[in-house]
Amino acid sequence: MVEITVSLWRGKADGSYQLYRVPQRENQTVLDVVTWVQRHADPTLAYRFACRVGMCGSCAMTVNGRPRWTCRTHTAKVVKNGKLQIGPLANLPIIKDLACDLRPFFEKWQAAKGAFTPGLTRADAIERIIPHTAPRLAADAAIECINCAVCYAACDTVRWNPDYLGPAALNRAWTLVNDVRDTGQRQRLQAVATAGGCHACHSHQSCQQHCPNALNPTASIAGLKRHTMTAYLKGELE
Amino acid sequence: MNVRLYVLQRGSAALMMPLVLVHLAVIFYASSHDLSAADIFARTRGSAFWGTFYALFVAAAAIHTAIGVRVIVAEWGGLRGAAPDLVMWSFGLLLAALGLTAVAAVVLA
Amino acid sequence: MIGPGDRQRHTLNSGRHRRDALWLAALVHRLSGLALAAFLPLHFLALALALKGEVALDGFLRWTANPLVKVAEVGLVFILSLHVLGGIRILLVENLPWFQGQKPLVAVALLTAALLAFAFLLRAA
Repeated sequence: MVEITVSLWRGKADGSYQLYRVPQRENQTVLDVVTWVQRHADPTLAYRFACRVGMCGSCAMTVNGRPRWTCRTHTAKVVKNGKLQIGPLANLPIIKDLACDLRPFFEKWQAAKGAFTPGLTRADAIERIIPHTAPRLAADAAIECINCAVCYAACDTVRWNPDYLGPAALNRAWTLVNDVRDTGQRQRLQAVATAGGCHACHSHQSCQQHCPNALNPTASIAGLKRHTMTAYLKGELE
Repeated sequence: MNVRLYVLQRGSAALMMPLVLVHLAVIFYASSHDLSAADIFARTRGSAFWGTFYALFVAAAAIHTAIGVRVIVAEWGGLRGAAPDLVMWSFGLLLAALGLTAVAAVVLA
Repeated sequence: MIGPGDRQRHTLNSGRHRRDALWLAALVHRLSGLALAAFLPLHFLALALALKGEVALDGFLRWTANPLVKVAEVGLVFILSLHVLGGIRILLVENLPWFQGQKPLVAVALLTAALLAFAFLLRAA
């Protein structure tokens, strides 16, 4: 029986990697490995998952130094010389072992005004959205984000700049900037134009490289840069 | 980095693109013709064109460099609060002062 | 490797994480900018020698004939070209609609900077 030597992060920020020997199987994912450890080796291991089929993003962890969805990562692709290293997502506080605290991620989402601001009530007629207009196409290209935080964990600017709102929050803000129904555009542009907003992005494009949904936050952020620059030059922003 | 600093930084960068091309041509010319100080002064002394050109270049470079350095001391140097702005202003003013002195030295008789 | 309170660095360490062309391009852009920022004050001070008259400036120009200085000048032309061309790529990425093919652009920028530096070396030698 072939075994993988798995190095798993245990503890909080001051914890360490501990080694486990896990049987390697065909068609095995990294999530399977973590689950095996919890069921057969150490029931005190803390980790998150939900759908286990690549839809929810809950199982995101750092695998051999890169953030990815563990349910969609086959061990055959990542095990090197019989070894594997698994840790919690980077750039976020660790709750325990492989589970990190996503609150800062969602707080930044709110700070970027990543929530829809309606202008109509249920008494009004439904607003028509024309699918092939440029703004709608731009919004659609970025809309499939499921807040898994892989891009946030991959981003060096997030690591270097604690104020930086991050790729996911700004990507969502961009989809709303392009939503013709939204009435909170001025506040949103202001929110992404302050320190830590879209201008902190250096276009490294690690977010785009790592996004499991093939989204491109760098492109969304470039769009925000153009919109905020225009608004600023017109005197609409502080 | 915010929208105002961004516009200044990208704007100064865009402005410098043609200026740098001319400056590169000047560098190539001066070094391949092995110009002496007298040769240089003959071309620059009293020249409104070179005075304006290089004063503009210095101003744009001072702004662009100062903002760039500000980002680096914040992201890599860990400076927070008012410190990055202080570094930016100090360095920017230093560059502007030294640069305009250099332009004056070469252009004014 | 891991210290108490060092909560952000434990896994995504720069050594293990493979960096790709666009990330390296950004790093080169930043380092070249830093080098130019360090160089500029010295450059301005040297030119200000003109205030002391021709002799002072000529003395400095003679010093620059030194081969080591020429090599440094070639390096400077290279660094300046890299920074400008990398900056043009950023201006394109940020202001044009998104385009593929940025990695070839990075290669073109690197090659052009190298050619400019080489041309300078040939003319100055």
